[in-house]
Amino acid sequence: MNEYFHSVNLDKDKCRGCTNCIKRCPTEAIRVRKGKARIIKERCIDCGECIRVCPYHAKTAISDSPDIINDYRYKVAIPAPSFYGQFEKKYSRDNILNALRDVGFDHVFEVARAAEIVSEATRQLLTNSLVRKPMISSACPGVVRLIQVRFPSLIDNIVKLESPMEVAAKIVKTQLQESRNIPAEEIGVFFISPCPAKVTSVKSPYEKQKSYVDGVISIKDIYLKVLSALNNPHNGSKYSEAGFEGIDWANSGGESGALGTENVLAVDGIHSVIKIFDEIEGDRLSDVDFVEALSCSGGCLGGPLTVENVFVAKTTLKKHILEAPAGCTEKMTPKSFEELVWTSNVEYKPVMKLDDDILKAMEKLEKLERICDGLPGLDCGACGAPNCRALAEDIVREIANETDCIFKLRQRIRDLAEEMVDLGGKVPPVMDNDPNGE
Amino acid sequence: MSTIKLKYDIPANDFVAAGEASSNVKKKLAQIGIAADKIKKAAIAMYEAEINAVIHANGGTADVEICLDRVIIAIIDNGPGIPDLELAMTEGYSTASDNIREMGFGAGMGLPNMKKYADKLDINTEVGIGTKVTITVYFI
Repeated sequence: MNEYFHSVNLDKDKCRGCTNCIKRCPTEAIRVRKGKARIIKERCIDCGECIRVCPYHAKTAISDSPDIINDYRYKVAIPAPSFYGQFEKKYSRDNILNALRDVGFDHVFEVARAAEIVSEATRQLLTNSLVRKPMISSACPGVVRLIQVRFPSLIDNIVKLESPMEVAAKIVKTQLQESRNIPAEEIGVFFISPCPAKVTSVKSPYEKQKSYVDGVISIKDIYLKVLSALNNPHNGSKYSEAGFEGIDWANSGGESGALGTENVLAVDGIHSVIKIFDEIEGDRLSDVDFVEALSCSGGCLGGPLTVENVFVAKTTLKKHILEAPAGCTEKMTPKSFEELVWTSNVEYKPVMKLDDDILKAMEKLEKLERICDGLPGLDCGACGAPNCRALAEDIVREIANETDCIFKLRQRIRDLAEEMVDLGGKVPPVMDNDPNGE
Repeated sequence: MSTIKLKYDIPANDFVAAGEASSNVKKKLAQIGIAADKIKKAAIAMYEAEINAVIHANGGTADVEICLDRVIIAIIDNGPGIPDLELAMTEGYSTASDNIREMGFGAGMGLPNMKKYADKLDINTEVGIGTKVTITVYFI
């Protein structure tokens, strides 16, 4: 997949060109043009804010169709910890995992189990004084992409460990090859996802060349099938392996809570994340060694591809957490730690830069300031840009005009009308019959 | 050589609005394409100076000059001035009042941090007249 693959997408037929999404986007990545929203691909971080806010459901997430599993002989589902929060409390974790298997999979492996392994590796990193603090969790791909476009100075703070999803896929593939002699190419591993950014992570990973995951199916798309399988249970296997700490990753505060230190901070909701990152960038956050930042309010349980209301899901998950055993992660060997480390790194994407040539960029910034001063400052969005400053920026980038502003346009028309009236009153000298004249 | 001149008012006793000027400058430097580490230095040093003006001097103004190779930030106030500059530069030394400390400020790191992050720091101060802090961060 190309560098700018995005899961978040626009359904043009449903879009009415309102300005809800452009105002909510944390990277100002959306403009309205010709009556339709348009996503600036370079800026989009797949956080899903626009999906949530769109009143016409025109913003969608592209995920894989549940049929994709048929491309593989041996099909494995790896559900996100948030999956458990989607069903009523009366179902046990194994009920849910068996039902998931029954919709067409051969095997199920919990991402929550892999989360415990990542927690253990993170605990090791925390004690390493050479690691830049505060460490920032890489669990949320939307947040990592936010850092790439808006907080380049925090790139070195990112925890460069594989995500629980990747670790789960890797473990289950290895297990199946070794214990059941199934050839790697016949195993398809599918993440059951609350999150559009995870789709992007699998299609175009930033941390390595290729993902271990073969497809990402949204919780929404598979929910009804699992629900009906829950009501026709048979053939129960024990798939639940994870302890409560792994399951708690679905919540905001779960990942950081597993680290065994008080010097952690958990923040959720992309706009709140931005505020905390401003604090870190400004060196104003003391006594915090680890920051868990999640793009969605309520953490992964609040993901745009979930079904259940986030607060309801929270209480359900709480039940699963209370029922789960303590974690069962043994000390990690240096070799298995090494295997978790990213093989490539995220790069700064200077999408806010006005020009590659610094001199030209300065000229553009000056022009931008001038234009911005002349705009009404109402941030009405009628021009299709999220605010007046963004319009000024678009003008210097030559993708918008000053008269896109309805107030500017009105002023221009008024000036023109005044000039016309003025001109209409003028009479050529030969026709001037004014008796008072010469 | 082209320069961009920016002017900000630093409001008195407003801890919420304090820091707006430096975060604004931060965004502008990113738009020009200045390296992230240089932006960080300029933003932190400026933030500290801004906060100082709020805490000690009833606000003031910030004059920012962005040049091709540097940014010069002058924070000017009409506050009480600094009687003993050397003492004020000591880490942990603070004259901030208790209620300011309760708000999480006044740790005595303002001037030391400015010194740490600025490439060049000039402080002109006169008791009873005011203070002008000039921070320079070089891009190259």
